[in-house]
Amino acid sequence: MKPPLFDYVTPESVEEAVAARAAEEDSVLLAGGQSLLATLNFRIANPALLIDISRIAALKGIDVGAGEIIIRAMVRQREVELSDAVHGANPLLREVLQKVAHTVVRNRGTIAGSIAHADAAAELPAMLLATEGVVDVQGPGGTRVIEASDLFKFHLTTSLAGDEMITAVRIPNLAPNTGWSFKEFARRRGDYALAGICALVTLDDNGRCTKARLSACGIASTAVRLESAEAELAGSTLDENTIARAAKAARDCVTAADDSQASTAYRRHLVDTLTQRTVAVARDRALERRAA
Amino acid sequence: MATAMFGERVQRLADAKLVRGEGRYIDDIPLEGALHVAFVRSPFARAKILSIDCDAAREMDGVAAVYTCDDLGRLDLEMPLLIPHPSLTEPRTQRPLAKGEVFHVGQTVAMVVAVDRYTAEDAIRMVDVDYEPLEVELDLEAAIQDDAPRVHADVANNVAAQFVQTVGDPDDAFARAEHITKIKVQVDRSTAAPLECRAIAARWDDITGELMVWDGTQAPISVRGGLASILGLDEDKVRVTAPDVGGGFGQKVLLFYPDELLVPFAAMQLGRPVKYIEDRNENFIGSSQERTQIHELELAATKDGEVLGLRDSFLHDTGAFIPYGIAIAQVASTSIAGPYRVPNIWVEFKAVYTPTVLVTPYRGCGRPQACFAIERAMDKLADELGLDRFEVRRRNLIRDEDFPYRRDGLVFADGLPLEHDSGQYGKALDMVLEHIGVDAFAAEQEAARAEGRYIGLGLGFYVEGTGLGPYEGSHIRIHPITGKVYVNTGLTCQGQGHETVFAQITADQLGVAVGDVIVVEGDTGVFDWGVATFASRAAVVSGNAIHKTALKVREQVLEAAANMLEAAKEDIVLEDGKAFVNGVPDMAVTLAEVATASNPLRYAFNEAAKTSTQFAPAFNHDGPALGEGDAPGMEATDYYSPPHATWAYGVHAAIIEVDPGLCSVKFKRYICVHDCGRMINPTLVEGQIMGGVAQGVGGAHYERIEYDEDGNPRNANFMDFLMPYASEVPPVEILHLETPSPLNPLGVKGVGEAGCIPVGQVLVSGVADALKPLGIGPLEHVPLTPDMIFQALGGEKDE
Ligand SMILES: Cc1cc2nc3c(=O)[nH]c(=O)nc-3n(C[C@H](O)[C@H](O)[C@H](O)COP(=O)(O)OP(=O)(O)OC[C@H]3O[C@@H](n4cnc5c(N)ncnc54)[C@H](O)[C@@H]3O)c2cc1C
Repeated sequence: MKPPLFDYVTPESVEEAVAARAAEEDSVLLAGGQSLLATLNFRIANPALLIDISRIAALKGIDVGAGEIIIRAMVRQREVELSDAVHGANPLLREVLQKVAHTVVRNRGTIAGSIAHADAAAELPAMLLATEGVVDVQGPGGTRVIEASDLFKFHLTTSLAGDEMITAVRIPNLAPNTGWSFKEFARRRGDYALAGICALVTLDDNGRCTKARLSACGIASTAVRLESAEAELAGSTLDENTIARAAKAARDCVTAADDSQASTAYRRHLVDTLTQRTVAVARDRALERRAA
Repeated sequence: MATAMFGERVQRLADAKLVRGEGRYIDDIPLEGALHVAFVRSPFARAKILSIDCDAAREMDGVAAVYTCDDLGRLDLEMPLLIPHPSLTEPRTQRPLAKGEVFHVGQTVAMVVAVDRYTAEDAIRMVDVDYEPLEVELDLEAAIQDDAPRVHADVANNVAAQFVQTVGDPDDAFARAEHITKIKVQVDRSTAAPLECRAIAARWDDITGELMVWDGTQAPISVRGGLASILGLDEDKVRVTAPDVGGGFGQKVLLFYPDELLVPFAAMQLGRPVKYIEDRNENFIGSSQERTQIHELELAATKDGEVLGLRDSFLHDTGAFIPYGIAIAQVASTSIAGPYRVPNIWVEFKAVYTPTVLVTPYRGCGRPQACFAIERAMDKLADELGLDRFEVRRRNLIRDEDFPYRRDGLVFADGLPLEHDSGQYGKALDMVLEHIGVDAFAAEQEAARAEGRYIGLGLGFYVEGTGLGPYEGSHIRIHPITGKVYVNTGLTCQGQGHETVFAQITADQLGVAVGDVIVVEGDTGVFDWGVATFASRAAVVSGNAIHKTALKVREQVLEAAANMLEAAKEDIVLEDGKAFVNGVPDMAVTLAEVATASNPLRYAFNEAAKTSTQFAPAFNHDGPALGEGDAPGMEATDYYSPPHATWAYGVHAAIIEVDPGLCSVKFKRYICVHDCGRMINPTLVEGQIMGGVAQGVGGAHYERIEYDEDGNPRNANFMDFLMPYASEVPPVEILHLETPSPLNPLGVKGVGEAGCIPVGQVLVSGVADALKPLGIGPLEHVPLTPDMIFQALGGEKDE
């Protein structure tokens, strides 16, 4: 479990990093290293060059604006979790981050790194889908924005081109009259989830759901939106029967095959339960926020 | 009389060093110019090796040598069968490097020695091995069928050993039975996963012809003996020492792992120190594991739940090799009746080869399986008879007046007849039930159910034969200059705190502070008679050896001090590092003075030496300084050999909440009542229990070594092999019960393995109790995973 030989550079600007990436096809970006170093040590990855982006000043810092939270690529997960400004703008983030790994891992791991890594069981991609966030991307040809719904292609695969990198992750602030919830089931505290559900529901003055956004991790080859379940919720008062119907619809979004931790049937059961529980919590929080 | 240290909660002496990071593990030993080892390991469970090409690897920069079996000379051998047994008709053991065929994924095929581990890992990828894969069967029950693919071509049905033991007249008991309960249970494979993986370093000294070996082993003396004989060296020319070792749990007692032979061999061949630091992946695929057993057990009982007889037939997975013989299966088969009288027993097992890494004892050693089998059966019996499960246990427990309770016909793993020597089994059960509040619990359970919450009470009773022989020894010397007491014993410590309890035992006899007793273990250069650390035996066997030795040294000190102080020996008191005349504390000599005076040649190195000259001589006779039979110094050596295993026991109970929506479980309370005889140090006993429970929780709910149908390990890492974190292990409420062992002078029994034994049963019976209203199906398999709970609740329902 020792990595093979590789070269190592520490660019100080995004442009330099992108140039280094373009110059060596067999290169890989190093952010917090919490996923990458394990793949090197297991010799699953064998890159010729590691481009350490941790010294790029422009990739540091969080901006919380009127409409969105901008998290630059080298911001550590722990910093976002502890930020009161972020929490004030969108409390879903802290709730999700507390389920990502353990404190020592979050101290080094980045939000962008987790999203770029795109593990199908990771929590942050599901969060990005539910919040309808975007990532800012830069490559040799310039910059572009990729919406969450276009980003995740397969387990460990995104729609980023080989020579592009994420410079920031942008997440909309929580909309008014909106409640949130994230729940997962992991075998051990801090593990990747067997299934996790993110729920955001917006209520009108009559307590009707005007918008529901549900996403899941751990149940398919990528994080997924649960659109069929969202459709059940929209327009309803989120009564128990409706929630149960939505949960049943959510079950059918499970496409993961049986694995050693969970059968497909059991994952469907988890998704059902977690959908019911997250939607109920999100609804209650939405009602509270409306009342406040 | 000063306070006795025996029984005190003395803080662990090793901790200050270890928590400051001053521990010295094998990889911390500075060895200038050391070479590092990595192994080419088999990627196939069974295959023929057609060819091995090492040329490219040998030519790499930084590679010192590449070895295959053809390069090993006399080391190209089958490793010793450590414990032969007549029932073991087809013993097969591992080889240092594979010869012609491989028997499990991870088996060592070639060894690379290079300037560092990075280079060595690069080089193993350059060794080209041509394999012809063979058919395999991983399923234990399928493996014993006539047409099953064989692990060893000449071992039919993959059966290494088959053994039957009988107590009383089981057929008659079953003929008389008013009720028969049948059950089939399974426990899956796990691994010890010590924090420090295995490690070994060696240095050969050409000038003195001495081989120095640092081995993270539980058995340095045996490793020394084996190395000397295989390498053709005198035993005195081989020194094996186990420095600080980060956990063992049985995995580090095997002799030999390939590296234990090959690293010293390479050091001799290459004339440079050589190191092998096993990594976690190698530990999962190359170091021994244990647990898979499938038991089919029947109880013959009366209508009121008295068990008349037991029949058990089980399969034991021994992996690809069986160097330990039938030890694990034998412990399981002789522990199968648990704490119950059961006068008639028939127990049979087959030890079965599978194409997986070898199986040797792991903390618990067959007992968790036996406990799970008998305890699930007792619950089922109670259930079928409509009786209270605790009452059925009470009716069958060995009663206080039954001790010593023999099971004639069963031979324990020490090769001696099985006798439960002492205990208060009924009291232990009452204590745990009272402490958990069994009477109030029914109402709590009802109330919780009304809220849609499911809580259950789990309980498991275990027994453990501990302190197995044959013997251990000790050497104690009082240091003349400092008065400190050095204690040496042959077995080793992997973090348990031996140094503390052995110091307590010694301090009591010599009247010194515990901190002035320096315990040195696991170094054949210091003391080289003894066995090893396993089978919950250190406190019992080494502890009593040290006690006996300390008594001898005490006699010497009393005699010498009496001479020096010109007082009667009976009047001498040993306290605070001094000997003084009872009632006259001013008439005193320090132990340093006594030790100095007892050496006829005393240099005035220090104050103690100077002052000791003012006293009368330590030896009181005319003639030469050392009279006939005298020896210089205050020191002695003695040994302890137990008559047979001494049996500890205990009951664990827990309140468990199950969330049917997630099929998750939570221990809300966990209680342990245990009896390990007289406790030397309750804090250390509690540490052993808590660590054991943590490993037990792993085996009950989380840990399963998985192989795919081709025999590839599927979860050989800490992400996929679910060893519980601290967050998964409940706090344990521990209640002590002390029934002194009648078998040894200190009255102690072992406690090292106890904690892990009953946890599977505790969890499973608690879950079954919690989910009874939902009609849960039978739960007879651990680890019990959430998915298994889901299936037992009927799987997917379309509500
Ligand atoms: C013990 C442990 C437990 C964990 N548990 C969880 C868990 O429960 N849930 C979870 O979600 N994660 C978990 N993780 C993973 C953790 O969250 C990682 O930190 C995260 O997946 C990767 O972030 P990183 O900054 O460390 O990225 P790195 O490991 O440095 O990189 C990961 C990948 O992303 C690429 N990358 C990084 N930054 C960028 C960028 N700006 N643009 C483009 N590509 C980039 C890298 O090239 C690499 O391929 C765990 C990790 C550990 C060690």
